[in-house]
Amino acid sequence: MSFVPVMLWSDALVFLLLLAGIASAWYVRQREHLLLPWRRVATSSVAMVSLLVLSFFLVVGLLDTLHYRVALPEQSNGKTVYSPEVLSVFDKLVTPLRAQTEKTYSAPLAVTLYAKESTSDASGNILRDYPRLRYGGVHLTDEQQRDGDVLWRGLTGALVGLMVGLAIVFGSKRWLAQRGWPLRALLIATLIISALIGMTVNLAAAYHVLGTDKVGQDVLYLSLKSIRTGLIIGTVTTLVTLPLALLLGIAAGYLRGWVDDVIQYVYTVLSSIPSVLLIAAAVLMMQVTIDTHPQWFDTSASRADLRLVFLCMILGVTSWTGLCRLLRGETLKLRELEYIQAAQAFGVSSFRILTRHIMPNVMHIVLISLVMDFSGLVLAEAVLSYVGVGVDPSMISFGTMINAARLEMGREPMVWWALAAAFGFMLVLVLAANLFADAVRDAFDPRFNRTEVVT
Amino acid sequence: MIAYLIRRILYSLPILVGVNLLTFALFFVVNTPDDMARMQLGIKRVTPDAIEKWKQQRGYDKPLLLNSAASGTDKITGTIFWQKSASMFVLDFGYSDDGRSIGREITTRMGPSLAIALPTFLIGLVAYVSFALLMTLFRATALDMAGVALCVLLMSVSGLFYIIGGQFVVSKLWHLVPISGYDGGMGGFKFVVLPIVIGVIGSVGSSSRWYRTIFLEEIGKDYVRTARAKGLSELAVLFRHVLKNAMIPILTGVVVIIPLLFMGSLLTESFFGIPGLGSYTIDAINAQDFSVVRAMVFLGSLLYIVGLILTDISYTIVDPRVRLS
Repeated sequence: MSFVPVMLWSDALVFLLLLAGIASAWYVRQREHLLLPWRRVATSSVAMVSLLVLSFFLVVGLLDTLHYRVALPEQSNGKTVYSPEVLSVFDKLVTPLRAQTEKTYSAPLAVTLYAKESTSDASGNILRDYPRLRYGGVHLTDEQQRDGDVLWRGLTGALVGLMVGLAIVFGSKRWLAQRGWPLRALLIATLIISALIGMTVNLAAAYHVLGTDKVGQDVLYLSLKSIRTGLIIGTVTTLVTLPLALLLGIAAGYLRGWVDDVIQYVYTVLSSIPSVLLIAAAVLMMQVTIDTHPQWFDTSASRADLRLVFLCMILGVTSWTGLCRLLRGETLKLRELEYIQAAQAFGVSSFRILTRHIMPNVMHIVLISLVMDFSGLVLAEAVLSYVGVGVDPSMISFGTMINAARLEMGREPMVWWALAAAFGFMLVLVLAANLFADAVRDAFDPRFNRTEVVT
Repeated sequence: MIAYLIRRILYSLPILVGVNLLTFALFFVVNTPDDMARMQLGIKRVTPDAIEKWKQQRGYDKPLLLNSAASGTDKITGTIFWQKSASMFVLDFGYSDDGRSIGREITTRMGPSLAIALPTFLIGLVAYVSFALLMTLFRATALDMAGVALCVLLMSVSGLFYIIGGQFVVSKLWHLVPISGYDGGMGGFKFVVLPIVIGVIGSVGSSSRWYRTIFLEEIGKDYVRTARAKGLSELAVLFRHVLKNAMIPILTGVVVIIPLLFMGSLLTESFFGIPGLGSYTIDAINAQDFSVVRAMVFLGSLLYIVGLILTDISYTIVDPRVRLS
């Protein structure tokens, strides 16, 4: 089967960020003084466990970023035509989850649909019963066997996962210990995560672990797909905030005069508009542009993707002002210090002072604020999608999941699993991000005391 | 004081002009009224006549900035900019797509918004400060740690969860209050109590943690040591000295949002069916009623700027060292 790789705009930006991340990690590795605060982060068990959880999300997100289109069966004129459906490597890995859609709602681990349906048997009698699912638990001959089967599959899956986890643990134990990383916490977390993954994988092979939604899609699949959207909103936005805030902030603080006045004016205007309203206005306008230019997009995925990228840009434009104000204040303080005055006395150009002397000394503020903003952005996505100014309704995200499930609140009995899954995944992601951000702040913020020296 | 206020108000005029120009650019230059008409009438099968009619009904059939066809002052006043954007400075917001006066809607909807937002704000402030003080009192103990952990956990939960979960448990399972609705006067109490409680719980995490750091910063200062050396009890130190001094940083964050309470909360109001400004905005966004969104953007920034001025004034009240001049 042939395929053609597809590079969506958001994919390109993600890879750009990844490259930037690797480059800065390499840069930091060479310099002991820059590495020191990271060592402090690495001693915190909470931070390292959070990082482990985050890296799990990151792997799923990155796999979901490698997109391609499959070639359709050979045409009569010999030309290869590619399917309009854009898939990702992650989709390929979980093909059963993606393809095995039921008719409509079914509860987690269920073998029947959630509502009764009328069926007629061979003799023409109409029966009302819960019809069996097309894929969930089809290997069972009797519905009564389900509990035992679920238990057995869950246990064996967890056991296999635990084995794999133990293998990883023993393989990396010495390596971890050499670095002084919190061994015990990491080991326990690895074991728990691998057991959970093992259990889920083994159950997902035969059931819909988190049930199915209105059109019968697997909720576990939707939740895992939402991770990429959340991560992109949280990270790509920094591509806009960072340059704007950094350049304008230190320029305003260092150059002062009319430059300062103009920059202050711009960020006061932007920050005086309530951010949800500004985002709503910008997204509405963007939607008009997208709708009136359908010729720009070859697939529906690329249209949804462009809307996601635009949303990141808009979020970036509305959220750089806080960081900019902080950086301006810090630069105002720094420029009065002796070493800057010495540089000025030596005749070093303003540009060089800014890049060599000011910028490195405000980077900790930048880093702290970027890490702290991440979780807020992930949460904001859900709210914006609810308001109707978030990602494209066809794009799978926590917001669209919640939005679709919310309509089922009034249903009796209630369909709770889609909501629970979206909120649960979001909670884990945001909680891990918050805990990691706290550790980064503690390690980098000079206001926090750091009497203990880590070597 | 008066002179300062007048100057401060004059300073904020350019900011409002900036907001106005920005919304004008966003709503009329990035996309022309023709685009909006096409969007509203459906992308395909739309005739130029229908577009012209749509524009004429809403007064969008004029030039953007300069009407060269008109004479005298009409050159300026007969434009979209003058009639749709500049007019907002005198609080003339025009008409929404369904033909109602936006200004009238705003005045009638402020009441319900305030009925939710004001109690949420006041109860929340007291609750967060007390919780933060409690954590400060037991600082560096297991109780404090548990409090901070709880705050981080509460912070990490989506605001939508509190609303959906609260509605489900309180209204659907326990049948304590109606799920949504609103009524003026005392009869409205049963409708507003749940939104208020959820609003307070929704930001316990971030606010309490923020106040706790402020208190902890204050408690390391010299005057606290002096107060302790005098033999004051820890409680007296906390309430009489630390709380008073911490009011200054707390006020910076709090006073600025007081005017914005009029705008209500988008999420709460739309979930609970409160006919306030928040649900008005959401309805406008969903119906793509651009004139209402534009009015809300302007009103929001106006109230924010009023909040900034109020913050400055409140400084002089709580901190006698600050003199406005």
